[in-house]
Amino acid sequence: MSAFVGKYADELIKNAKYIATPGKGILAADESTGTIGKRLSSINVENVESNRQALRELLFTAPNAVTYLSGVILFEETLYQKTADGKPFVDVLLEANVLPGIKVDKGVVDLSGTNGETTTQGLDGLGARCAKYYEAGARFAKWRAVLKIGATEPSELSIQQNAQGLARYAIICQENGLVPIVEPEILTDGSHDIKKCAYATEMVLAAVYKALNEQHVLLEGTLLKPNMVTPGSDSPKVAPEVIAEYTVTALRRTVPAAVPGIVFLSGGQSEEQATVNLNAMNKLEGLKPWTLTFSFGRALQSSTLKTWGGKKENVAAAQAVFLARCKANSDATLGKYEGEGAGGLASESLYVKGYKY
Amino acid sequence: MSCYRGKYADELIANAAYIGTPGKGILAADESTGTIGKRLSSINVENIESNRRALRELLFCTPGALQYLSGVILFEETLYQKTAAGKPFVDVMKEAGVLPGIKVDKGTVELAGTDNETTTQGLDGLAQRCAQYYTAGARFAKWRAVLKIGPNEPSQLAITENANGLARYAIICQENGLVPIVEPEILVDGSHDIAKCADVTERVLAACYKALNDHKVLLEGTLLKPNMVTPGSDSKKVAPEVVAEYTVRALQRTMPPAVPAVVFLSGGQSEEEATVNLNAMNQYKGKKPWTLTFSFGRALQQSTLKAWSGKEENVEKAQAAFLARCKANSEATLGIYKGGSGLSEGASESLHVKDYKY
Repeated sequence: MSAFVGKYADELIKNAKYIATPGKGILAADESTGTIGKRLSSINVENVESNRQALRELLFTAPNAVTYLSGVILFEETLYQKTADGKPFVDVLLEANVLPGIKVDKGVVDLSGTNGETTTQGLDGLGARCAKYYEAGARFAKWRAVLKIGATEPSELSIQQNAQGLARYAIICQENGLVPIVEPEILTDGSHDIKKCAYATEMVLAAVYKALNEQHVLLEGTLLKPNMVTPGSDSPKVAPEVIAEYTVTALRRTVPAAVPGIVFLSGGQSEEQATVNLNAMNKLEGLKPWTLTFSFGRALQSSTLKTWGGKKENVAAAQAVFLARCKANSDATLGKYEGEGAGGLASESLYVKGYKY
Repeated sequence: MSCYRGKYADELIANAAYIGTPGKGILAADESTGTIGKRLSSINVENIESNRRALRELLFCTPGALQYLSGVILFEETLYQKTAAGKPFVDVMKEAGVLPGIKVDKGTVELAGTDNETTTQGLDGLAQRCAQYYTAGARFAKWRAVLKIGPNEPSQLAITENANGLARYAIICQENGLVPIVEPEILVDGSHDIAKCADVTERVLAACYKALNDHKVLLEGTLLKPNMVTPGSDSKKVAPEVVAEYTVRALQRTMPPAVPAVVFLSGGQSEEEATVNLNAMNQYKGKKPWTLTFSFGRALQQSTLKAWSGKEENVEKAQAAFLARCKANSEATLGIYKGGSGLSEGASESLHVKDYKY
């Protein structure tokens, strides 16, 4: 048997294709309790369940924003939460034609003998968890592998371990009806140039697709969530057109055409930067047999969070800001983004050195 | 450093893209002396240099045929041969906008401990040979790896060995200005079904592209010469549309879009079968970010050979047969082949030879 063709094959293909619809993308709202705590504390909001619920309700019910979203990634707690009126978030999303997704990894652990490299855990009992999430309404999943660039990094061990982890996760998801988003994030930290990032990205992606092939993963029912190819965080910036060219070249050299869509992570880029780079990629001439869209967390929520500040009276304003970012990124997937005035919240860098998710 | 970006990078990219021009394809005329001997003996022609030269002149000088070809693969002897009038074959091609290519492998050898699986040799001194061929006018090369399907085949060893050999060959070619055609042929021999062929083809191609990435090959300056995905030779045939679907899907799942073109081998298919299948692939609706064209040997020459039979007085008739096949395959790359027109004797004849030794 070549690729997996179990009972969910047609559904996986259909859902993956839908998520990759031009003009739509993913809101990554799957911050773990610890991580969302950092966000909330940055706006002086207490990290309690009701506040976490309020933030997500603000996002999911923002008028018209969801028309620009094909999926939302959730943390487990959120999958089972409801609006203040008692309507399950999953129903809110499904009614708006937004597929609920679920983060299924259990964070990173160090690889001994390496210089701070990690692998991702979460395979134990993953099949049963996926089946449970499918029943709760989830239709796609996400697992974040993390690699870094350094003098001797990414090491062969790190590449192999993370690629294999992603491939095992992916096939287990597919066996249980969830489209796996495959996320091999190469951190921007460092003083390397864009060529070094391109080199690492091509090596990592080639290893990932080899591993997916070995595990019989049905590529037509997956999505890729890669980093954009950029200079390191300590290096001079380059133009969006340069990022676009290096990124698309790397993808053309490694991502088979069977993959329906590529949903970029934003890393530490500001909201505006992430949108402008995505736009440049979609304006680039040349063959791109997969959709290029977004799966943004911070780059969709940062200014919304600031505008909200945890206050009920700010909800409408915050939702308007969120709508603006959603529309901007939707335009970017079509190469039609005109850009906003520089400065302001949207241009603030979201880079955190050695970022722990 | 990422992949190869040496002095020939731009030229490799341009030449690979040119070979993949829709409406054009490759004539594989690189039969070794031994192999061409078998062809010649099948039409009762003696295997001597002048006959080998005469056959190739017949092909390369067919009026109107070269416009349908972007490249011709040659055996070393032929690279240095001339027309009867004294014009180097290489110049005949160049003037017609056809790139000369060169077979650089040195045949297969068995892998111990396997059930007749092989690897391909030819890496020793390959760089020097490539540089020499480039000087002689060659602009692309070809190296044939062979795998087979069986209960335990292809083994992991066969896949790894052949993928590694192809990748080493490929980077050495690029360092010396030749676009490498990467040919991992999975023989059609066997009673397996098309799904099994698809499974094996996908695994083999995935291994090839991982190896090419490991060896830093510039994919934009390469071509792939795979088998079409078909049932085994002892199995029931399927419709061309089915061959097209399985083949394109296998490529979608394994071949990065950076590769500009696929130049299919014909294996043991008859001339007509190969053309009809290629046509179906180009009509198939689905993502195909690479050109799908031909690199045919037997499937372009079979009826031409029969029509010629070594006789000067048959040259025109033979050239007409050759022109017809070139045009037919050109149309197939555009998905507009109507089929069966002007079939010469032998065009529908299966060219399958069990356990074919090239």
